[in-house]
Amino acid sequence: MTNLLSRLFGRARKGSGATAKDRLRFVLQHDRINLPPERMEEMKREILAVIVKYLVVDKDRVEIDLEQRDRTHSKLVAEIPVAINTPSSAHNEGAKPALAGEEAQAKAANNGADAEENEADAKPAEKQKPQAAKDEKAEEREKDKPPEESKSKAD
Amino acid sequence: MGGKVVTISSGKGGVGKTTATANLGISLASLGKKVVVIDADIGLRNLDVIMGLENRIVYDLVDIVEGRSKLRQAMIKHKKFDRLFLIPAAQTRDKMAVSPDDMVKLTDELREDFDYVLIDSPAGIERGFRNALEPADEVLIVTNPEVSSVRDADRIIGLIEAADKGPGRLIINRLKTDLVKKGEMLSSEDVYDILGLTIIGIIPEDELVLSASNSGIPVTLNTQSKAGLAFNNVARRVAGEDVPFMKLDDSPGIFQRLVGLLNGR
Ligand SMILES: Nc1ncnc2c1ncn2[C@@H]1O[C@H](COP(=O)(O)OP(=O)(O)O)[C@@H](O)[C@H]1O
Ligand SMILES: [Mg+2]
Repeated sequence: MTNLLSRLFGRARKGSGATAKDRLRFVLQHDRINLPPERMEEMKREILAVIVKYLVVDKDRVEIDLEQRDRTHSKLVAEIPVAINTPSSAHNEGAKPALAGEEAQAKAANNGADAEENEADAKPAEKQKPQAAKDEKAEEREKDKPPEESKSKAD
Repeated sequence: MGGKVVTISSGKGGVGKTTATANLGISLASLGKKVVVIDADIGLRNLDVIMGLENRIVYDLVDIVEGRSKLRQAMIKHKKFDRLFLIPAAQTRDKMAVSPDDMVKLTDELREDFDYVLIDSPAGIERGFRNALEPADEVLIVTNPEVSSVRDADRIIGLIEAADKGPGRLIINRLKTDLVKKGEMLSSEDVYDILGLTIIGIIPEDELVLSASNSGIPVTLNTQSKAGLAFNNVARRVAGEDVPFMKLDDSPGIFQRLVGLLNGR
């Protein structure tokens, strides 16, 4: 019976050829950027760890993936849903106390990302405006501190 | 600049480089081209037996490079085609005996007298592969529709592009159409999707390839062989002819698309 069914639907069923294709795609993605899968996961965890210091993130819906157009063009695409102004955003403060050096580093990474985001937002950002404004304020608050900290670190 | 240097490479061993080189050599010669095939797999000489020329060897590639033999002395003329010559690999030396520069010098000399210089590359990505790659005007990458072979092909495609010898074209060898139909083997379309290179040939699995290597008469001389016919088509495409892909009962749409791609080049 199962045999008959699988004969009837044999074409729809996924054969080992399709599995081979999926597995090859996966392994070549990592081969081509010279970053093995486990290291990639480690990197994603580190990226998230930095972001949650500043934002409340819906961790279950985070997607950080490598997109590959061809052998020479890869990009890392991240979608990181952020909670907007809920009481639990007090968590932000809770996350503050970190090592000076660590925080300065995190800040630098954050600035880089913001710079790009602002450029992208410059055009069709109507809906996100209130949030962007808030983010900028938050950023301003942050801006006062880290330079000093990184200075003291440089000393 | 004269003749064209075409290197046949794969990364992984045992996928059909030597078989392809021998058959392309024969087919191009039968098209009236002057051809020399070079076995660059030093230490693992094989092209001579596949072409049935093993008992005529006096000198080899290393003898030429080290000056013990003149180029012409070391070249073995094929029994059937007097326009086809073989330069055999040395059997008792290692790959370091020849440098990429040596290969460039050698092929530059050969270009003057021949239409095609075909180089059978050894497996791997080390010196032997570099030797075969350096003089190439075009690289044909042989792969089987199977994960490790495609993965290794991707690796050398990257190296070929990094050496400015890209993009190269693909020969998919040992395709088993019955398995593809059952979904149990990567199709040529799958391989194309993954590697993104133009396909210059799809060679079916064919028992006659084994008989051919047993007898030292490359399969393309056997008019009964589908693989032989497919190799012959590759040779004509190498020579610039626009040859439609033969029907292999693989997914039919692809052939049209591939032909389109080839035309686009
Ligand atoms: N299309 C084919 N059908 C059946 N057997 C093949 C085919 N192509 C190659 N072979 C076999 O595969 C083996 C490896 O081929 P070879 O040309 O020596 O590979 P390589 O030079 O890449 O190591 C040989 O035994 C050869 O007869
Ligand atoms: Mg070989």
